[in-house]
Amino acid sequence: MSALLRAEQISKAFGGVQALSDCTVEVERGSITGLIGPNGSGKTTLFNIITGYEHVDTGDVYADDRKITNARPERAFALGIGRTFQLTRIFPRLTVMENMLVASQHRGSGRWHSPLARAGGPADRRRAMELLEFTGIAGHATALADTLSYGQRKLLELSYVLVADPAIVLLDEPAGGVNPSLIQHIAAKIRELNARGTTFLIVEHNMDFVMGLCDRVTVLDYGTVVASGPPEIIRSDPRVLDAYLGTTEEDDDEPAQ
Amino acid sequence: MTPASLMAGPDLARPGRLQQATAWRAGGVLALLAAVALFPLVFTNALVTTIAVDTLIFVAAAAAWNIFSGYSGYISLGHAVFFGCGAYTVGIGARDWQLTGLSVFALLPLAAVVAAVVAVPFGLVALRVRRHTFVVVTIAVFFIFQLMAFNFSFTGGTTGVAAPFLVWNPGTYNDPFYYLALAIGVATIGLSWLIRGSRFGLQLRAIRDDEDRARGLGVRTMRVKLAAFMISAFVTGLLGGLWFYFITQVLPQSGFDPAFDLSVALMAFLGGLGTVSGPVLGALVLVPAQQYLTEQFTNDYLSQIVLGTLFLGVILLLPRGVIPTASEKITSWRARRSGRLAGQAAAATGLAAAPPGEPSAAAGPAGKESAR
Repeated sequence: MSALLRAEQISKAFGGVQALSDCTVEVERGSITGLIGPNGSGKTTLFNIITGYEHVDTGDVYADDRKITNARPERAFALGIGRTFQLTRIFPRLTVMENMLVASQHRGSGRWHSPLARAGGPADRRRAMELLEFTGIAGHATALADTLSYGQRKLLELSYVLVADPAIVLLDEPAGGVNPSLIQHIAAKIRELNARGTTFLIVEHNMDFVMGLCDRVTVLDYGTVVASGPPEIIRSDPRVLDAYLGTTEEDDDEPAQ
Repeated sequence: MTPASLMAGPDLARPGRLQQATAWRAGGVLALLAAVALFPLVFTNALVTTIAVDTLIFVAAAAAWNIFSGYSGYISLGHAVFFGCGAYTVGIGARDWQLTGLSVFALLPLAAVVAAVVAVPFGLVALRVRRHTFVVVTIAVFFIFQLMAFNFSFTGGTTGVAAPFLVWNPGTYNDPFYYLALAIGVATIGLSWLIRGSRFGLQLRAIRDDEDRARGLGVRTMRVKLAAFMISAFVTGLLGGLWFYFITQVLPQSGFDPAFDLSVALMAFLGGLGTVSGPVLGALVLVPAQQYLTEQFTNDYLSQIVLGTLFLGVILLLPRGVIPTASEKITSWRARRSGRLAGQAAAATGLAAAPPGEPSAAAGPAGKESAR
């Protein structure tokens, strides 16, 4: 098993709703793995379990063959798992630069820093500016994050997750509600980061985005994996068409394309 | 605090302005400090200096409250617990160890430590819940402490604890209290300013904006919240001890006083929650106003009604407080003006104005938020 991230036989129920049942998902090191499925199929719940926001009922999560089941979110982040949220979450009353610095405390954590030292040394600020330039919002560094547009918030969220050099980044609908040219921009950035060694696990409804970007795609339906494989195989898998595109009564679960 | 300090936002167009503004701000703070330090020498009327001591105690208390509640967004209405614990610590210590005169002041650090220690179990319980639930839990804990003060024998029950008689020159009786309260106030404001710009302060403000997101970026939220709660309690306990010796008596309803919680919260809200100078301004305005109303009308309830009305007015008209609103107004006014000036300059020299977000602008720590 050389998977960088492995969620093994995860089950999770909310009251009477079985969000995940016996769900196993693997993410190979260096891959861009897509996670698709209709609304309510358990994708975000799986993200929450991997990153410590929810506890599992049964099953285990491994990062690099190290068991991290039910690790708290701050621990998961320290272990190199970064994530974004479906409803983009930033710190609106901090500046863009301050948003970046919140995450920068883990860099160079070998030596002890006084908690009263000013936030963000020159190295942290340089690194933050590099990332903001990389994602293309460096011009807004001193602006309050509240003033950013929706697309810029998505880019900020991606930027500050990258501050700590995570081994794997979990993106929850990076292309959701974003205009087509920005989608291309985000896809290009993900490819560039992946080429430099960052692994990605991406939940997304935009099929062109997923099929164009991912090395492997895993399909969830009713909390279980119905198919997993390269995008060209998945695209034509009858079980996937059945589950994802829907046959009769699942019209409202149509992916936004 | 001063007009200069309000206007000291980073001016992107002209870097020289930044140093000038910093110099103005430093000058303003020094002038204010000098004025406050000379105050008891000019005003020797005991009535006036008594109000001044009260004001300084609340300046420090509001600043301390703001270090926790203002920065983290967890609105505590239980800080009277720390104030009362500090007061009772000094009272009981002086009574049981038979301390008199100046030696009673030696108990102040103990009062602060006791309050900070009380903050640990209090925080571990209350900080598990957020927002309204947190407020309700702090009020509940507050009433538990008031009830304990009423019912334990070592707290003196309903008669409370009286301070040993202080034999001082009546003409300058208030002065030591004044300068001690001033020193605590200045230190607390300095600490608040340090924390605001620090890594610790940034983590607190990140918690205020989105606690779960902060956890997902590696912030150990419980540790950070509890540390801020303890720092806040430490200062509040210290002030409680000082207040006790100043008032010379503590009763369960005066040491653990719900009006204390409402007052410090109102001061911070009026001046600007989460700003360094806002709570200070709030206390400087509200305490003398409250005392004046009480003196004028002798009816305590009238001042309460006026305060309550003021509170509603603040929430309605200035929900973010005086300092943030004023600073925003000034910033936008200056931006308009400097934009016009830059436009003229560009027209004159044929050069474009510096684009926003150049590296020098990005190097400024926190933009307009930190300027307050």
